Amino acid sequence: MQIFHRSTNFLSRVSIFGAFFFIGILLWLFYDLEASPYTTQQNTAREQPVQFSHAHHVGAIGIDCRYCHTSVEKAAFAGIPPTKTCMNCHSQIWAQSPYLEPVRESFRTDKSLEWTRVNDLPDFVYFDHSVHVNKGIGCETCHGRVDQMPLMYQAESLQMRWCLDCHRNPEKYLRPKDQVFTMGWTPPVEQAVLGERLKREYHIRSRVVLESCSTCHR
Amino acid sequence: MKESKVHGPKSNVAPELPVHPAGHAFTPGDGLDRRELFKFVGASLALAGATACTRQPTEKIVPYVRQPEEIVPGKPLFYATAMSVGGLATGLLVESHMGRPTKVEGNPLHPASLGGTDAFAQAAVYGLYDPDRSQTLLQLGEIRPWSAFLGEMRLVLEEERPRRGAGLRILTETVSSPTLARQLALLLAALPAARWHQWEPASRDNARNGARMAFGTPVNAIYRLTDADVILSLDADFLACGPAQSRLAREFAARRREGASGGAMNRLYVVESAMTPTGARADHRKPLKAADVEAFARSIATQLGVGAPTGTAESGGRFATDSFARAAAADLLRHRGRSAVIAGDSQPPAVHAIAHAMNGMLANAGRTVVYTDPVEANPEDQLESLRALVADMKSGAVSTVLVLGGNPVYNAPADLGFRDAFRKVARRVHLSLESDETSVECQWHVAEAHFLESWSDARAFDGTASIVQPLIAPLYGGRSAHEVLAALSDQPELSAYETVRQTWSGRLPGNFEESWRRALHDGLIAGSAFPLRALTGAALPASEPVVSSGLEITFRVDPTIHDGRFANNGWLQELPKPVTSVTWDNVAAISPATAARLGVANEDVVELSVSGRRVRAPVWIVSGHPDESIGVTLGYGRTAAGRLGSGAGFDSYAIRTSDALWRSGAVGVRKTDDRWRVAVTQEHHSMEGRHLARAVTSDELSRNPGVVQEMGEAPAAGQTLYPPHPSHDYAWGMAIDLGSCVGCNACVVACTAENNVPIVGKDQVLRGREMQWLRIDHYAEGDPSNPRHSFQPIPCMQCENAPCELVCPVGATVHSAEGLNDMVYNRCVGTKYCANNCPYKVRRFNFFHWSKQFRAPSMRMLANPDVTVRWRGVMEKCTYCIQRINEGKIRAELENRRVRDGDVVTACQQACPAEAIVFGDLADPQSRVSQRRRSPLSYALLAELGTRPRTTYLAKVESPNTHLDAEGRA
Amino acid sequence: MSDVAGSGRRRGGPPVIEPGHTYASVTDKISSIVLSRRTPLFWVLGFFVSFLLAMGLLVAVSYLFAKGLGIWGINQPVEWAFDIINFVWWIGIGHAGTLISAILLLLRQEWRTSINRFAEAMTLFAVACAGLFPLIHLGRPWLAYWLFPYPNTMALWPQWRSPLVWDVFAVGTYATVSFLFWFVGLIPDLATLRDRARRKGFQIFYGMLAMGWRGSALHWHRYEMAYLLLAGLATPLVISVHTVVSFDFAVGIIPGWHSTIFPPYFVAGAIYAGFAMVLLLSIPLRKVYGLEDFITLRHLQNMAKVMLATGLVVGYGYVMEAFMAWYSANPFEKYMIVNRMKGPYAPAYWALMLCNIVAPQFLWFKRVRSSPPALWTIALIVSIGMWLERFVIIVVSLHRDFLPSAWGMYRPTGWDWTTFVGTIGLFLALMFLFIRFLPMISIFEMRTLVPEARPLGKEAVPDDSVADEPEPA
Repeated sequence: MQIFHRSTNFLSRVSIFGAFFFIGILLWLFYDLEASPYTTQQNTAREQPVQFSHAHHVGAIGIDCRYCHTSVEKAAFAGIPPTKTCMNCHSQIWAQSPYLEPVRESFRTDKSLEWTRVNDLPDFVYFDHSVHVNKGIGCETCHGRVDQMPLMYQAESLQMRWCLDCHRNPEKYLRPKDQVFTMGWTPPVEQAVLGERLKREYHIRSRVVLESCSTCHR
Repeated sequence: MKESKVHGPKSNVAPELPVHPAGHAFTPGDGLDRRELFKFVGASLALAGATACTRQPTEKIVPYVRQPEEIVPGKPLFYATAMSVGGLATGLLVESHMGRPTKVEGNPLHPASLGGTDAFAQAAVYGLYDPDRSQTLLQLGEIRPWSAFLGEMRLVLEEERPRRGAGLRILTETVSSPTLARQLALLLAALPAARWHQWEPASRDNARNGARMAFGTPVNAIYRLTDADVILSLDADFLACGPAQSRLAREFAARRREGASGGAMNRLYVVESAMTPTGARADHRKPLKAADVEAFARSIATQLGVGAPTGTAESGGRFATDSFARAAAADLLRHRGRSAVIAGDSQPPAVHAIAHAMNGMLANAGRTVVYTDPVEANPEDQLESLRALVADMKSGAVSTVLVLGGNPVYNAPADLGFRDAFRKVARRVHLSLESDETSVECQWHVAEAHFLESWSDARAFDGTASIVQPLIAPLYGGRSAHEVLAALSDQPELSAYETVRQTWSGRLPGNFEESWRRALHDGLIAGSAFPLRALTGAALPASEPVVSSGLEITFRVDPTIHDGRFANNGWLQELPKPVTSVTWDNVAAISPATAARLGVANEDVVELSVSGRRVRAPVWIVSGHPDESIGVTLGYGRTAAGRLGSGAGFDSYAIRTSDALWRSGAVGVRKTDDRWRVAVTQEHHSMEGRHLARAVTSDELSRNPGVVQEMGEAPAAGQTLYPPHPSHDYAWGMAIDLGSCVGCNACVVACTAENNVPIVGKDQVLRGREMQWLRIDHYAEGDPSNPRHSFQPIPCMQCENAPCELVCPVGATVHSAEGLNDMVYNRCVGTKYCANNCPYKVRRFNFFHWSKQFRAPSMRMLANPDVTVRWRGVMEKCTYCIQRINEGKIRAELENRRVRDGDVVTACQQACPAEAIVFGDLADPQSRVSQRRRSPLSYALLAELGTRPRTTYLAKVESPNTHLDAEGRA
Repeated sequence: MSDVAGSGRRRGGPPVIEPGHTYASVTDKISSIVLSRRTPLFWVLGFFVSFLLAMGLLVAVSYLFAKGLGIWGINQPVEWAFDIINFVWWIGIGHAGTLISAILLLLRQEWRTSINRFAEAMTLFAVACAGLFPLIHLGRPWLAYWLFPYPNTMALWPQWRSPLVWDVFAVGTYATVSFLFWFVGLIPDLATLRDRARRKGFQIFYGMLAMGWRGSALHWHRYEMAYLLLAGLATPLVISVHTVVSFDFAVGIIPGWHSTIFPPYFVAGAIYAGFAMVLLLSIPLRKVYGLEDFITLRHLQNMAKVMLATGLVVGYGYVMEAFMAWYSANPFEKYMIVNRMKGPYAPAYWALMLCNIVAPQFLWFKRVRSSPPALWTIALIVSIGMWLERFVIIVVSLHRDFLPSAWGMYRPTGWDWTTFVGTIGLFLALMFLFIRFLPMISIFEMRTLVPEARPLGKEAVPDDSVADEPEPA
């Protein structure tokens, strides 16, 4: 005595195969979420105590990166400028601007400005600016067109596979040392050709060395 | 709630874990309250947490407002300073990250360091950040401002001036600081009736009195082991515990290496009353009851022809026919002027005098043994000094006593009744790092500034003066002894900095500011070492040797917590003591034979009684300990040391009386039914016939240079299924010379400090979960009454065919291009397969969230920012200090050159006083590590497994006297 | 009937189904167990107890996730203990089911029919218990999915040389195939239950599970085919799973692990343990449910014989380990054996010898083989022995390996025991649910054994009298 009509057999078939698709889709969703800007916080401008515009200072005025990020060539940490650096100019220009009050206050009260980290790697990753900058990796390569960012945002995913992409074939990104701090630089010749040449010139370590875990993890 | 947990009772051991063994089964104790548990029940049902996407928490960057010139964020700076223990300074270079000292290293320029350090110095930073440090100035438990204290001191002055300070007493530890001495002198000049006393439980009274006995003046003896071919130690543990142990170890080891490579090897005879690292390194060792050492020394002296003064009829004494004594004497005579006799600080003055006499007779004086004026500012007999103080206090003559450092209530001889006398004093002031046993007896407790927080100065074993400069402003507004004394001067507000500068202004050569800066930079004041004194004709003392009968007890400073001052230092508490590998406890060491006679076994609790005073101690059987002798160490059984130190071990001061500071023949032992679990990191000390720590004699070596290799087979390269790892750019390797290692443990603490290694507490050590990345294995082979010992430091072997890499399912431990066996914490899921498959068992697993201990506010500052702090459930191990390798590589890259030999120095290598450890690039045939590898002594541990370790060993070479066998019998 | 029985005797040994049964009687007998309204008291009690134990497991695991692996007794050097012991033990037990169903099916061993169903169920539950341990023995279990190869933002893959990765696939496949095999086998019976169920709820429940089975010739044809194919698939797995599991050790270099004999002797051990467990369960079951007619002495005897055979193979394995240690002249191997025999854990080793080598020898005697109580006792002893075997292999090998300085001891904590006993509880709880809600004996396959199913000339029962037997009422 059948309590289900024959037609329901169709349902059972569907449900069997459906289950597989459902699980598949779920996994795919997870994966996509993990890679999404929601997780990486890519391309999202961060709230800062001062509405500092790189677009203005770098793009319009053309201040060199190293004026503020002083230790970028000699240390792991590029360096966030002390209030003093801001005041060098802003004690004269925009000296009364309400936007800069936090800066002046910090300088008066000797209390540091608290910036929100934009490009933030996990604590178990040890990135060193100096070696990258000195081996012909441009600021732009990782930080994007900073000169066009009114508010700073993270230009790349900063996920491991993104790091590895360059560590596995650096020639795709190398540029002449004198162009490292240039924004919007385009290779004069075929990047492939140039990259190979610079790789030799700058003694870029072999792929095996660059993808060894201990190169970045300690 | 979390925070309170962090501050809660075991915050700086893993919060879960009681330091002392709780019951077994269902520990670890601290719950996880029920609600939390059920939360997890639900969670684990839903298998929550297994989600893929992890979002970076938002972080702040807080730049300077005005950035100091010298600071480059992320780049550490090094400053020279000095640490003194027992009044003797060791020069240090301290690494500072953005203003917080994180790592201590030796100062190569400093005579007492020469670049190496001891374990105490390595652990100094832990002492600085110890959350249990006293943090406020207290009067009767009430927090008071410094000004209140100044007022109190004014009062003292007003009281004392009329009676010229008759009621004022100052008690310090041994003082070698010129500034402190100067301040005290000024104070005593102003108040001539006041008295300055010194007491240090491990004082060098015996040495000083011995010198007095021999030369009529308390000179300071300095040994130059580089020139010594034969060394006789009379119960002196000169390689491990002061004075100048780091330097002596370096000189000793240098000669061993020289000998091992064909040069002239030195030979070490040790007669000792306990099993010490020095004894373990001896070519011939004789366990002897402390009481017999003098008789033994005399018989050797007689054989050397040291004129036995009239009155002592018997010549040679009981040991006249002793083969060991005869051989040693003969050997010493063969090396006149190139030998050294060293007497131990725990031996009575007579033995020191005899040693001086022998050195004189052997024409060693001026060559291998030189003399200077004493380093101490006031080389008095500290026991007498303390006696006098106690007498005065009892008599009520004292109205104010200032205890500047030290902990007399805890460590004064038991029979003096210090505490009661102390209480008779109306005004009691104590300056100390912790609120300890003495502090609680005082109305005034002044939190002391750690030596890394304050200005001062100190002298090394040879008189060399160093400026002690602070690395950081006092964390808790602590004060130094200089400031306390200043409070009693007419310039109460004078800072320690000014005080020290005053001392040296005029005493420094040339322009003061320049030479001051140089002194700070170098960590020492050039040419400040004391001039040598030509002394000869030491008289042999007439005193009769004690006749030893029956059981004796000997007291020693503890190898890891010294006299108790480091009792709350987690790194030192968890540091396995040399030879026994005991942690978190002191034990009553006895020989196997005596244990059999008394019918006691390890961990049995016995009641030790000395003249009516009793203490209960766990027995630990130590092969090589003299029969009929009980060896205990000082410094344990503290009641107010802090959360780690209080309650650990037993208080041997309780049975230490003024007439028997170092040994007593009147000791009673009663076996109780109790047992006390002792946490050791090594349970098995036999090599089981395996050639692990290899040792050969110089003769065997000269007869057959290949003898070391022949001890085991090493398969050729490429005997593996897998393709070999080609080495790129560099091939890092390490060579450890077993002939140099003195088992002092400095490397272990250095590693712990450098790599953010957590401590786990006694209970977890009992469970076999200690975390130290580097361990020093100890083996004892042969006759249990006096076996041959060997030390073997075991870091990660960084195998080329690493068994661990093969089995990790997620590739969390993989081979680097430079041949390192990388451990990637953030990839580890914790199968522990790698640890099982590691034949050297060097891998350490985070069974609990031990890194929580770095969350305590002060402990946070302790962590090395260049090393990841590991989470619960991940494996970790020695990385060859990868952070230092990378730092060196990047520096080289920026300068477009290869890393030079010596650019990268691992923490263990840097700390090693004996230069046993060498690290470097095997791809460079000229590197020191490559050279060591080419030595015929070089071998790989368990090479037969085909793991091809990058860490290799140099076998120990011994130079036994052919007339004696290793155990010292003819 | 007597002659049928006689015929059975003529073919040696008792028959695989007692005489006097018909389609109807078989179907009634088995389905009634499931469909009867009243739940027997022993079931309620048994289920209650095992459920409590299973809850203990839940608490233990939760506390584990909250605190970390430190709540167990593991340490350096013994970093694996109860977790992996239990894993291997359960996996071993999980072998009998598929072996009986698949291999014996292919070998046309008709005696398998009455025991294969719950043997398969047992397999599934055992594998479920086993599967728990690889997960919870991780320091960071929430990252277990890293063992699977999947595209990820780290651009990383698992480390294929690691046996643990092989385990994931071996055990995963085995679990899946075993489940399919079991479920496909159930479908016709589910249909039967659906049709016989009185209550609507049960009709729907079984109806959905039966997936529209109507027993048409086409259905039967496809069913036979699918079942046969699955059997073919499952057969190699029976061998492969425990082989791969044994690699976990054989690949390691620890003396006592690093041995080429492991795969065969692990597989034999697994079958050994599996049949022991089947006996442990079937003997009481046939008693309480009065199934002696279906699970006859013949079955018990055959299983006893398999145990004896595999037991001997296992014994050979032990002897070989000792022999090779001596023959290899490898000091570490030598010490390993000496340590097993004389070391601190010697009792475990000798107990193991007693349980796994001595105990089964009684199975040589027919009298023992024909006595359910005796068989049950031996099966119990063997099960304990197999657990001890894993203890000896894992803990005793690890606690003293190459460097004496690193030697240590292992002591299980209360949490270790709670977890172990908890899995037994989980296993039994599932078993109880199974016998209550699903037919523990394959109804339709049993029906193929009754005389009706044997038309004239069929070789199964060569007794002509069967044909003209009147159908018993």
